[in-house]
Amino acid sequence: MKYSIFSLARNALSWHEHWPLAWRSPAPKARYDAIIIGGGGHGLATAYYLAKEHALSNIAVLEKGWLGGGNTGRNTTIVRSNYHIDPNAHFYEFSLKLWEELSQELNFNVMYSARGVLILVHSPADMDSAIRRGNAMRLNGIDAKLLTREEIARWIPNLDCSAEARFPIHGGLLQRRGGTVRHDAVAWGYARAADARGVDIIQQCEVTGIRVDRGAIQGVETTLGFIATTKLGIAVAGHSGHVAAMAGLRLPIESHVLQAMVSEPVKPVLDTVVASGAVHFYISQSDKGELVMGGDLDFYNSYAQRGNLPAVERVVSACLALFPSFGRLKLMRTWGGIMDMTMDGSPIIAKLPVKGLYMSGGWCYGGFKATPASGWLHAYTIARDEAHPLNAAFTLERFAEGRMIDEKGAGPYAWEH
Amino acid sequence: MLLIPCPWCGPRNQVEFTYGGDATVKRPSPDASVEAWFEFVYLRDNPRGPHQELWLHDAGCRQWFKVLRDTRTHDILASVRADEALPGATA
Repeated sequence: MKYSIFSLARNALSWHEHWPLAWRSPAPKARYDAIIIGGGGHGLATAYYLAKEHALSNIAVLEKGWLGGGNTGRNTTIVRSNYHIDPNAHFYEFSLKLWEELSQELNFNVMYSARGVLILVHSPADMDSAIRRGNAMRLNGIDAKLLTREEIARWIPNLDCSAEARFPIHGGLLQRRGGTVRHDAVAWGYARAADARGVDIIQQCEVTGIRVDRGAIQGVETTLGFIATTKLGIAVAGHSGHVAAMAGLRLPIESHVLQAMVSEPVKPVLDTVVASGAVHFYISQSDKGELVMGGDLDFYNSYAQRGNLPAVERVVSACLALFPSFGRLKLMRTWGGIMDMTMDGSPIIAKLPVKGLYMSGGWCYGGFKATPASGWLHAYTIARDEAHPLNAAFTLERFAEGRMIDEKGAGPYAWEH
Repeated sequence: MLLIPCPWCGPRNQVEFTYGGDATVKRPSPDASVEAWFEFVYLRDNPRGPHQELWLHDAGCRQWFKVLRDTRTHDILASVRADEALPGATA
């Protein structure tokens, strides 16, 4: 069924009681041409683009819980492409272009809101760095604009731009096309569109083993029994190391918990995304009115999907230093998601050293904004058994070859990126 | 809040400590193969369960020590000095 003003009006007449289910819940078949592990945005997008761009018809997505119940539903919904290093810039710009068209592509409103992403600059050296980054972005065809402190103070009156601020604001680097997207809608939109193209989405089906024979994928052991396939894509970021280990692989990845939190909802007070690299803090206001914010990792290996109060305190104190008036608000919820932290801070979208095994993971803090491009390129790599130029640099082998994509220049310490 | 038992100072608030990562990786000899160095620098077991890890009590005694902590629950199962072996550990 195509969603439109007419379907809305028609269903309104019957009190919205007869909407068809957005996707089926089939029992798994004995064999698929391709199986994707992970029913978050990345896995569902991979299945959708496999069906749409590569004409594969016999595809399954296996999800251990419910759709979008992992990091797709736990992020701070920010999308942007303000990267400095070429492979990252090209990749995230491709993703942002897909975001701009995604609601039309999927016939599902993902609520892409180009409200801008403003990176604050706190010192003259920070300003030099922002100018360099902005120039690199513009050379790569990405929009970037430097703002002065006065321009920021006029635009965002509740941001403390005074000379007495704890983190004085010298200016900022704005990407106007950046913004936010409704994260749950991304999983639901891709699920519905993939299902319409015949993809079997199987929830409550956890992969417990990967069967490999003579170096080639044979299928997966699951809580619903063995399912055969020769092409297996892993899209389980947070747990990539855990799943890859089932195929005998060790990855240059550690799993860490990253928290996010929201305030109680208030009337519109912030119409853009504000981030600070120096303080490591980011904030936006959701359509419901909650201030959504986050910051650093908790800084220890974790699969717990919840963190501890010191990390919350760091985020909140950064928030109050930048936005003193938000001190009147109550914090309503905090939660944690598990990040694949790679040793260079960049993702892995690649063939793995087992025939028929692929992964898209290692997202560090940046997985949500990558969702459409990750799915598109993961699908391309699975269908053609080779990387596209846009993900050719994001190999697993780059670590051994010394071809790190280290945006921050932090070195091989997973939690430093 | 993690209450981390420093083998020297006793249980202290996590904010006094800095994390040092996987305690099982061992620095290879300088003439070891490139593969051995690659494994040391980049590859991690990243277990979902008990994890042997290093912590530094940098706002206390400034000693490095080892902790056995479950990465699913954050429960701390044991802590020992850096030159001691954690219970059940082979390394």
